[in-house]
Amino acid sequence: MANDAEAKVVFERPHALLPVVTNYCPGCTHGIVERLVAECLDELDVEGDAIGVAPVGCSVMAYDFFGCDMIEAAHGRAPAVATAVKRVHPDAVVFAYQGDGDLASIGMAETIHTATRGENITVIFINNAIYGMTGGQMAPTSLPNQVTQTSPYGRDVATAGYPVRVAELLSSLDGVAYLERVCVDSPKNVRKAKKAIKKAFETQVAGRGYSLVEVVSTCPTNWGLTPQEAFAWMRENMLPYYPLGVYKDVVADGYADAAEAARARAAACPLVNPDASEEGGAR
Amino acid sequence: MAEKVLMKGNEALAESALRAGCRFFFGYPITPQTELAAYMSKQMPKVGGTYLQAESEVAAINMVYGASAAGARVMTSSSSPGVSLKGEGISYMAGADLPGVIINIQRGGPGLGSIQPSQSDYWQATRATGHGDFQIVVYAPSTVQEMADVAFNAFDVADRYRTPVMILGDGLLGQMMEPVVLPDPVDPADLPAKPWATTGHKHARPHNVANSLYLTAEDLERLNFERYERYEQIKATEQRFEEYLCDDADIVVVAFGASARVARSAVNAAREKGIRAGLFRPVTLWPFPVDGLRATLGTARAYLDVEMNMGQMVDDVRLVVEGRAPVEFLGRAGGMIPTPEEVLARIEEINERIGE
Repeated sequence: MANDAEAKVVFERPHALLPVVTNYCPGCTHGIVERLVAECLDELDVEGDAIGVAPVGCSVMAYDFFGCDMIEAAHGRAPAVATAVKRVHPDAVVFAYQGDGDLASIGMAETIHTATRGENITVIFINNAIYGMTGGQMAPTSLPNQVTQTSPYGRDVATAGYPVRVAELLSSLDGVAYLERVCVDSPKNVRKAKKAIKKAFETQVAGRGYSLVEVVSTCPTNWGLTPQEAFAWMRENMLPYYPLGVYKDVVADGYADAAEAARARAAACPLVNPDASEEGGAR
Repeated sequence: MAEKVLMKGNEALAESALRAGCRFFFGYPITPQTELAAYMSKQMPKVGGTYLQAESEVAAINMVYGASAAGARVMTSSSSPGVSLKGEGISYMAGADLPGVIINIQRGGPGLGSIQPSQSDYWQATRATGHGDFQIVVYAPSTVQEMADVAFNAFDVADRYRTPVMILGDGLLGQMMEPVVLPDPVDPADLPAKPWATTGHKHARPHNVANSLYLTAEDLERLNFERYERYEQIKATEQRFEEYLCDDADIVVVAFGASARVARSAVNAAREKGIRAGLFRPVTLWPFPVDGLRATLGTARAYLDVEMNMGQMVDDVRLVVEGRAPVEFLGRAGGMIPTPEEVLARIEEINERIGE
């Protein structure tokens, strides 16, 4: 047994995560993702400047888990709340942590408009295709034929419509600087997810525009599966529908930020690019 | 002596808010409050503030919630249908003890209603701005000067009691122009600190949380009890009203906001005819000026409540009068404004009856 002088800390609780017991079910991925967020706040040394916004849903108590200042928002309104917080404190690191019902159903208007305004905030989006907190109802991201409490015969697209692919949807908006879809079902994917979350926060710190990381997740409790079975179901059914990957990265596309990318996209519009029109001899 | 300027009511509300140190405005277009948002969009950039046109009233009030949690003086404005949408956010603000100022320039209802002036949101403002047990302070100015005055003070009251404050105007007051003396501006940097605000803790204090969720019933009940103790303080110190010729009044006309302007003319006309009429005008609708109105019971033999709705404040008047004198009601609805002649005719009718 090594003595104290030789002992080296190789794993500990991130400072930005408070030493409290969470309300998450066994096997739930919220714990992993919240830990990754906290690790990123630590590594970027921004916990003291961070203001988080918790949603309504399973992660409703996230304000008790993160060590930074926290605000509990109304269902779906986290992006609106985060928008205002960032406007009041432009130098703060502001993030919203939301589930699929919160972000893509009741809060879809706030999500889209916050993204298209290019609010310089970071959104962590947990997509597990179900309403967990209320006991397993159909979510905006529930798959076609997925059985839930409120789609007991399977989601019938003829009556319940199709799921929303959030990363794809938001990627068309000019205010977005960085969008990636990840999952946390293996050590390798956890590392990739952390890299994406860190990059999202770095995007905000650099003032490049809106950033969102969608984490394809599981809900063993409401899916009625063990944690391992849930990951298998996720890999088999969700990942083909919600492919992992980077959906927008303005820096990788060669732009300084979302604003520059947006101007380039509308290069032919003189109202958007007044300087260019002057060069062309317009008024 | 400060300069007198001619302004629309909506603009006076906006300018006064800026002078109170409000640097954040979140709104959504709706008639008849639009001048207020337009004024803010023009002036905010000049003072380093934020004007943000939200995607909806729902988003706007939640932006107010966020900015308030972050420690800023913040305001939103709307008109009746839009205020219904803000109800959710106002409830959350009350639940998280967050200050903020909400303007309702009322129009006729229900539903999409009309765009003409109305007072049909009295119940909404004083009884049910949103779900749950809570009250908000409600001011009902009746001149452009008073709009400027209450808008300035509303921010102090909101901060002092950590509560949302509503200013209830209507299309008539918002659109009309009157001379006004504006308050001296306050520098936002000089405002008292808000140690509870979520500003980023800088590792200098435990984390602050703005929240209205309490899953333990005992905790939530205790917080409700504490909040209602604060409401008792508000009731004890913040009741505001104006009395006009009430000292010897047989007939006390009770009216607020725009309808009080009409009622005042009717009272003057009644006095010219030798009828002892007076006007009692609540300036705060919540807390309702119970003590002031009760004092009129000394002389009053009848009350006439005049509103631009189907009879809402009249409930509060009857609660104060407690059957000790008849309380009659005269109302116009849907965007109609009562005329002084109509009100005078009712005063004369009542006068004949109580003279018998």
